[in-house]
Amino acid sequence: MAKADQKKTRLIIRTIVLLLLVSAVVYTIASKDKVRVLAVGDKAPDFELVDLEGNKQRLSDYKGEGVFLNFWGTWCGPCKKEMPYMENQHIAFEEKGVNILAVNIAESNLKVETFIEQYGLTFPIVIDKDKSVKEAYNIVPLPTTFLINKDGRIEKIITREMSEKEIISLMESIQP
Amino acid sequence: MSKIKCQCGHDNPFGTVLCERCGRPQTEEAKESKLVDMRYEGAARRSQTYKRSIIDKIWNFFSSVKIGISIIVAVLATAAIGTIFPQKMYVAASTEAEFAAYYERLYGLAGTIYYKLGFHDMYNSWWFITLVGMLGTSIIIASVDRVIPLYKSLKKQRTKRHPSFMKKQRIYGEGPSEDPEAALIKAEEKLKELRYNVKIENGALLAEKNRFSRWGPYVNHLGLIIFLFGILLRGIPGFYVDETMWIREGETRSIPGAEGYYLESKQFIMENYTKEEADEVFGDALERVGMIAKNYQTDVALYKTPEGGLPGSDEMDFVKDYSIIVNKPLKFDGYNVFQMDFRLDELKSMTFQLTEKATESSLGEFTVDLTNPEREYELDSGARVILSDYYPDYDGVKDGEPISKSPIPNNPAFIFKMVTQAKPEGEMSFVAIKQTLETEVNDYKVKFVSAETRDISGLTVRKDKTLYLLLLGGIIFMIGVSQGAYWNHRRIWIQKGSNGELLVAGHTNKNWFSLKKELDQVKDVANLPSYEDRQDKESILQDKEVDKV
Repeated sequence: MAKADQKKTRLIIRTIVLLLLVSAVVYTIASKDKVRVLAVGDKAPDFELVDLEGNKQRLSDYKGEGVFLNFWGTWCGPCKKEMPYMENQHIAFEEKGVNILAVNIAESNLKVETFIEQYGLTFPIVIDKDKSVKEAYNIVPLPTTFLINKDGRIEKIITREMSEKEIISLMESIQP
Repeated sequence: MSKIKCQCGHDNPFGTVLCERCGRPQTEEAKESKLVDMRYEGAARRSQTYKRSIIDKIWNFFSSVKIGISIIVAVLATAAIGTIFPQKMYVAASTEAEFAAYYERLYGLAGTIYYKLGFHDMYNSWWFITLVGMLGTSIIIASVDRVIPLYKSLKKQRTKRHPSFMKKQRIYGEGPSEDPEAALIKAEEKLKELRYNVKIENGALLAEKNRFSRWGPYVNHLGLIIFLFGILLRGIPGFYVDETMWIREGETRSIPGAEGYYLESKQFIMENYTKEEADEVFGDALERVGMIAKNYQTDVALYKTPEGGLPGSDEMDFVKDYSIIVNKPLKFDGYNVFQMDFRLDELKSMTFQLTEKATESSLGEFTVDLTNPEREYELDSGARVILSDYYPDYDGVKDGEPISKSPIPNNPAFIFKMVTQAKPEGEMSFVAIKQTLETEVNDYKVKFVSAETRDISGLTVRKDKTLYLLLLGGIIFMIGVSQGAYWNHRRIWIQKGSNGELLVAGHTNKNWFSLKKELDQVKDVANLPSYEDRQDKESILQDKEVDKV
C-alpha cells in the first residue's frame, strides 16, 4: 500500500514540476510583447489632462459611463478620417452615457484649435503635453482607441482606423 | 519485476546496476563486463521506472542526457544563426513590409529566406524561447533524477562490499597477507594521515575523501537554473526596463518605463578637444581627422509626481538637477539614465519680417516658436500677422489641403494672414522654405529672416533588478565548476578475504594518478598486495616488467 502511495506522490510531484516549467515558458513567450502591457479586462489607468476650454478632464470623472478614448494627431491621416464619424456618434451617444475623449499627443494648441474649428468638433479634446498618458497607455501607432466600460475596465483596444459602423457598434458595446 | 532482488537478499529498485547494499552486479551487462560503471554508483536513475503514465514518459524524455545534449546543440545552432544577419531591433524599419524589403535589399534571396523563417527576430521567437525552456527543464529533471539516487547510495554505502564488486573496480589487487588485522590498522593510520575518512567494520576498511566533489555538476546546474530564472523575471513588469527616449532642449517628458518621473532637458552640450589643450595627446589625430569629441552631456532636471498624482497632471515635485555625461548616468529609484545619442540643430523657431513688396520696407519682425506657435503676432508698426495654420513637416498638398507628415518641424510651412493699414481685411500667404504661394497677388509678403535651432538628446533608461540574481547564478555556477574540477572523490576499499588474503580496490571520479600515488604510500606502510590499474595498459606492462626484473 505504501508503495502505491509513493507512486501517486511521484506522479503528482512530476506533474506539478512539469506544469510549472511549461507555464514559465508560456509566460515568457506571452510577456515578450511589451506593447501588450495593457490588456483587455485591465483597469484603464487614470489620468488628468486639461482640455482646450481649460477644464480638467479626469478619466475617473466618467465612472459609471462608457468612455471612447481616442489617441490622435493632426498630422495622422487615418485620425482625420474618423474624426467626423466620432463627432456624429458623440452627438448620438451623449445622452446614452457614452463619452468620447480625444487625447492629442504633444502638439501645439494652435494646431489642435485649428483642427477642432476645421472639423467642428464638440467632444472634449485634451493635449498630452509631456507624453505621460501616451506612456501609461503604451501608445505606439496612431490612431489607437480604448473602449472603457462603466467599471473603468478596458473592453477593447483598436490600433487602426475605424469605419462609422464600427464606431457605432463599439460605442454600443460600452453603453452602461 | 519492479524490484530486483540481489543474492544478498536486498531489494533494489528497477534499473539498478550494482546492488545498493553489497555492490554485486545486477545486470547481465555488469556481470559480464570486466570493469563496472561507477558513474552513479550503479544506482537506478529515478526516471527508470516502469513506463506508466504520459507524465512519466515526458519525465524520462527530459531525464535523458542524450536529449539534453541535443537540446544544447539546437540552442547553440539557432543562437548562431541569429547572428548571421542583423536582428530586427537593429534595423531601421517599423512595418513588416519594410523589414522584408530591408532583408531582401541587403542580403538578396538569403535575406528573404532569413526573414520568412523568422530568424530576424530569433531571440523573441516562441520556438527559441521554447527551446531555452526545454533546456531548463532538461537541466532540472536530469539533475534531480541523478543527484538524489547518487546522494542516497553514497550516504548508505557499506564498508564491506562483496568481492565481486571489488574485483570489478579499475584499481584492484589481491594477495596473501601475514597479518591482515595489523595491515588494516596500519593502513587506517596512514590513510588518516592522508586525510581520508576511514571506517573499519568486520575486517573491511573504507577510506573516502572529497565526496563533495561529486556534487559539483549539480551545484553548477543549480547556478544555471538561477541564471535562467533571472532572465525569466525580466519579463515581469518592474524587474527590467530598457527604453530609449529622445528629448529636446527645453522639453519636459515623462520617462518611459519609469512611471511618475519626468525629465526636463535644460541643454545638450557637445565639446571637442582644441588644439591647444590636447596637442600632446591628440595633436596628430586632430590634424588627421579634424575633430575629437571630448564630452557629450545633457543637463537635466528630474521631477516626480506627488503620491497619488495622475499622469498628465502638471503637479510635479522637483527632485534634482543633474548633468548626464557618458558613463555617468542619472540615478534614481533603481533607474539609470544614460547619455547615448544626440541630434544637433533641429529647428526651434523662425523669425520673419513683414515687408511691403513695392518699397521693400519693413513693417516689423516676429518670431514663431515652432513647437508652440502663437495665433497672432502684433508688429511694431501696428500691423498684425495671424497664423491661420501651420504644417511642421510639410509634405505637399493632398485633396486640396497641405499635409504634414509628422509633428516634428523638419520642413515647416505656414499660412499667414497679413493685416495692414492698407489691407485691413488681410492678405493670405502660404509660406514654406524657399516657397511662397499666394491666392491673388498681394501687396505684402512675409520674408524669412533667421532661424534658431536646438539639440536633441538620445537617452537610455535602464533598470535591472535581476542583475544580482544573475550574478548569484554565475557565482554558484563557478563554485560548481571548481568543486567538480579541482577536487576528486577518492575511495579505497581494503578487506580480508575468506582465506586470510587481502583484497584492495580503489575508485576516483578523476585523476587516477594521484589516487595511485596515495595508494602506493599506504601499500608500502601496510604491506598491502600489489594492485593493477586495469584501464592503463602502460602501468600493467610496467608492473609486469618490474615483476620480471
